[in-house]
Amino acid sequence: MSDFIDIGALEDIRPQSARLVRTAMGCIAVFRTADDEVFALDDRCPHKGGPLSNGIQHGRSITCPLHNWVISLSTGMAEGADEGSVRTYPVQVSDGRILMDARALAESMAAE
Amino acid sequence: MKQKLVVIGAGMASGRALEHLLENAPDAYDITLFGAEPRGNYNRIMLSPVLSGEKTYEEIVTHDTAWYAANGITCRFGEKVQRIDRAAKVIVTPKGQTPYDKLIIATGSDPFIIPVPGHDLPGVLAYRDLDDTNAMIEASAKPGAKAVVIGGGLLGLEAAAGLALRGMEVSVVHLMGHLMERQLDEAAGYLLRKELVGRGIKIHCSANTRQVVGDGKVEGLELEDGTILPADIVVMAVGIRPSVALAKEAGLEIGRGLKVNDQLVTSDPDILALGECVEHDGMVYGLVAPLYDMAKVLAKTLAGEHDAYRGSQISTKLKVTGVDLFSAGDFADGADREEIVFRDPARGVYKRLVLQNDRIIGAVMYGDTADGSWFFGLIKDEEDISEMRDTLIFGPAFAGGTPMDPMAAVAALPDDAEICGCNGVSKGTIIAAINGGATTLDAVKAKTKASTSCGTCAGLTEQVVALTLGDDFVLPAAAGMCKCTDHSHDDVRRLIRAKELKSIPAIQQELQWKSSGGCHSCRPALNYYLVCEWPGEYVDHAQSRFINERVHANIQKDGTYSVVPRMWGGITTPNELRAIADVADKFAIPTVKVTGGQRIDLLGVKKEDLPAVWSDLNDAGMVSGHAYAKGLRTVKTCVGTDWCRFGTQDSTGLGVKIERLMWGSWTPHKVKMAVSGCPRNCAEATCKDVGIVCVDSGYEIGVGGAAGMDVREVQPLAKVGTEEEVLEYISAFVQLYRENAQYLHRPYKWIAKVGLDWVKSRVVEDAESRKALAERFEHSQTFYRKDPWAERVAGAEAHEFNPLADLTQVAAE
Ligand SMILES: Cc1cc2nc3c(=O)[nH]c(=O)nc-3n(C[C@H](O)[C@H](O)[C@H](O)COP(=O)(O)OP(=O)(O)OC[C@H]3O[C@@H](n4cnc5c(N)ncnc54)[C@H](O)[C@@H]3O)c2cc1C
Ligand code: SF4
Ligand code: FES
Repeated sequence: MSDFIDIGALEDIRPQSARLVRTAMGCIAVFRTADDEVFALDDRCPHKGGPLSNGIQHGRSITCPLHNWVISLSTGMAEGADEGSVRTYPVQVSDGRILMDARALAESMAAE
Repeated sequence: MKQKLVVIGAGMASGRALEHLLENAPDAYDITLFGAEPRGNYNRIMLSPVLSGEKTYEEIVTHDTAWYAANGITCRFGEKVQRIDRAAKVIVTPKGQTPYDKLIIATGSDPFIIPVPGHDLPGVLAYRDLDDTNAMIEASAKPGAKAVVIGGGLLGLEAAAGLALRGMEVSVVHLMGHLMERQLDEAAGYLLRKELVGRGIKIHCSANTRQVVGDGKVEGLELEDGTILPADIVVMAVGIRPSVALAKEAGLEIGRGLKVNDQLVTSDPDILALGECVEHDGMVYGLVAPLYDMAKVLAKTLAGEHDAYRGSQISTKLKVTGVDLFSAGDFADGADREEIVFRDPARGVYKRLVLQNDRIIGAVMYGDTADGSWFFGLIKDEEDISEMRDTLIFGPAFAGGTPMDPMAAVAALPDDAEICGCNGVSKGTIIAAINGGATTLDAVKAKTKASTSCGTCAGLTEQVVALTLGDDFVLPAAAGMCKCTDHSHDDVRRLIRAKELKSIPAIQQELQWKSSGGCHSCRPALNYYLVCEWPGEYVDHAQSRFINERVHANIQKDGTYSVVPRMWGGITTPNELRAIADVADKFAIPTVKVTGGQRIDLLGVKKEDLPAVWSDLNDAGMVSGHAYAKGLRTVKTCVGTDWCRFGTQDSTGLGVKIERLMWGSWTPHKVKMAVSGCPRNCAEATCKDVGIVCVDSGYEIGVGGAAGMDVREVQPLAKVGTEEEVLEYISAFVQLYRENAQYLHRPYKWIAKVGLDWVKSRVVEDAESRKALAERFEHSQTFYRKDPWAERVAGAEAHEFNPLADLTQVAAE
């Protein structure tokens, strides 16, 4: 399906790390978990805009580097007592390549 | 006038007896205590965890100098009593005579050394006291070292397991057909053997020793069948004999041990005795539970009250982490005896009860010992079990088919069920202590002594407390590091050492982490512990570091970074200043600020610019200031003798030397230092983690200061005469802190926990320890004293700074 954009190899992201994808609307953080699951979220913490890609990742969660909010990678929701959420993007891994849904990207741009 | 009480032997028995005596009759005696070991009383049974690395000596001390002093006891440690002169009522040591009105003999036992040829070679060890333990630990430090342990009983197996955990190749030689034959039957012995073999320990049963071989020192052990087992040390753990030489020579009545009556009085009415050296009613004991019972009675006798000791029932557990084994009573076969056996080979569980006249007389359990204390209670009370015979083997938890949860099982225990075997504490005693106002686990332990000896009942004690207190029960703060584990920071550090765990997944696997990958609070701590424990060997795990340390710059509120080049001792040059100004221009850095630590901070650098900024600063000869690190930050200085009219020493020069020595080191939390040239203290050295104030005669080193959320003044560590000494003392101090403090504890917090005296005993009073610490620091520094910026400029971890993809050109459709 041509709606998916190849943004790089799974191997380009270390387990428990994140890397950025630049878009016209700001950066998206692409996370790879210890179990090789991949998630994509806006790189802005719902609290005060902290760059989530720089946090410490554990399980399917990321701890924001600024004030330790914990955000779920799969839902984008803040965990625990905190409230807020960050936009997520559908991504999938196929043959070792990470594919991002261009339509979701376009929708997000149109929405801004 | 007070009577003179002299005590021979500063071991577990006399320690407990003195405690009771001071409770019962605090003012009755002037007490003098003699001990052959050059130290006070420690929990001897915890030598096994010390050997395996799970505890340190300091943690097993039961009575320290302060305790003896507070109770007015005169201590003569390191002084062996040579003779008792009953006629003159004095005891004799190499330093002279000491008179007594009453005398307690508590000399314990002597380990038995089999007199085979070669038994006196250096490297043949017993396993009895701290010196033996330290000798074993020392031998295990040699790579590839081998040990042979003779004796497959409790002591021998604890020694073998401990040495194996220390990385030695260990063989056990045992005369009998199966291990621990006095406590276990063959089937349980088989399971135990399988477990130990699985841990890499070689077991030779039915094997007899012919001789220890070696030229000038131990090289191996030869068995009767001619087999030679190579060895660097041979540990003999084949049994003990009551230590009665003194008593015998003094003409006291001796059997297998020093004979005492029910009041613990020997054949001389002024001489009492207790512990492993005595024989009571034909019995000699080798465990602590009986001697604690004796201690109570002996204290009563000395206080002039009447009480009687009637012998003790004993049970045993093997203190090898991960091996559950319980044995009590008599389990030999016999015509009038029946048995109930339960086996679950898949789980490695074996239980056997020996019955006689509808009463349990023996119990052996392997793999699942949860019901041990319940069975032990039935044995002691000689309870008739015919009513519950059908389900007996399943223990008290069994009710109608499904086992209850462990709490319910504890709830089901009767009040007189024994919880702590060593100290003879029943469930009822614990409940009474709680009703009497002991509302925390620690208070209950202090009051009842439950789980303060061998510690295998700690969980059970906690359950009883939790059950009784209900919602009021709060687990002690020393509990888990985080929600991923119940282990405390201290436990984790010890186990990393003892089990040689060298990666985060290895720790999480071996120590049974409850989460799959840890969390943001335990992972950075584990990463630090590994960096500290295995310098040069452990590969740093960047994903477990906070972003500041991952990218060697401080993250700021808007997601940009700040960069601080190192200025050694606060000294800079026009060239460096020019380079800083150029970098600020070139990268449009909005703010240039002088920090509280006398360095220059460039604020507002974009993450992707970091490598280029560093590259320019490196070109001007500057390296990372680690202003972001849990490590050495800065050494602040004043101008000292170079310029100041008050300066007594070259404080700037010393500051530069310290910073060059310490930079790049990783520590549990940030470390700040300062050097002031005189007591006017312009560098504010007295509120730093390490502060040096120069004086005419030398250097005053203070530690544990802070000026953050808590403001603290340093405490004096030492005063030294030369710069070299300053460098050695502070290296040793920092290394002690690195090796012992909990992650994120500043030195002042850590010192508050361990005590400045302890720190001084390691860093100041013991020159050898100081040197060793300083050497370990230097060894670690050979790997970490380097510039992380240069490595990044050279391309390390480049992925951190470059985007994965650029989709700015992908237009909205
Ligand atoms: C490694 C190890 C593990 C053990 N594990 C357990 C366990 O798990 N459970 C258990 O119940 N028991 C265990 N024990 C046994 C327990 O430690 C002893 O039962 C207990 O220590 C005996 O106490 P005591 O006071 O009689 O003798 P000790 O504690 O041995 O004290 C005797 C002291 O007297 C001193 N002394 C001797 N002669 C003289 C003299 N002439 N002048 C001055 N001082 C003298 C000795 O130096 C010694 O310090 C273990 C023992 C060892 C060695
Ligand atoms: S601390 Fe003493 S030597 Fe240093 S600048 Fe101040 S007055 Fe001078
Ligand atoms: S900005 Fe993420 S926690 Fe505050």
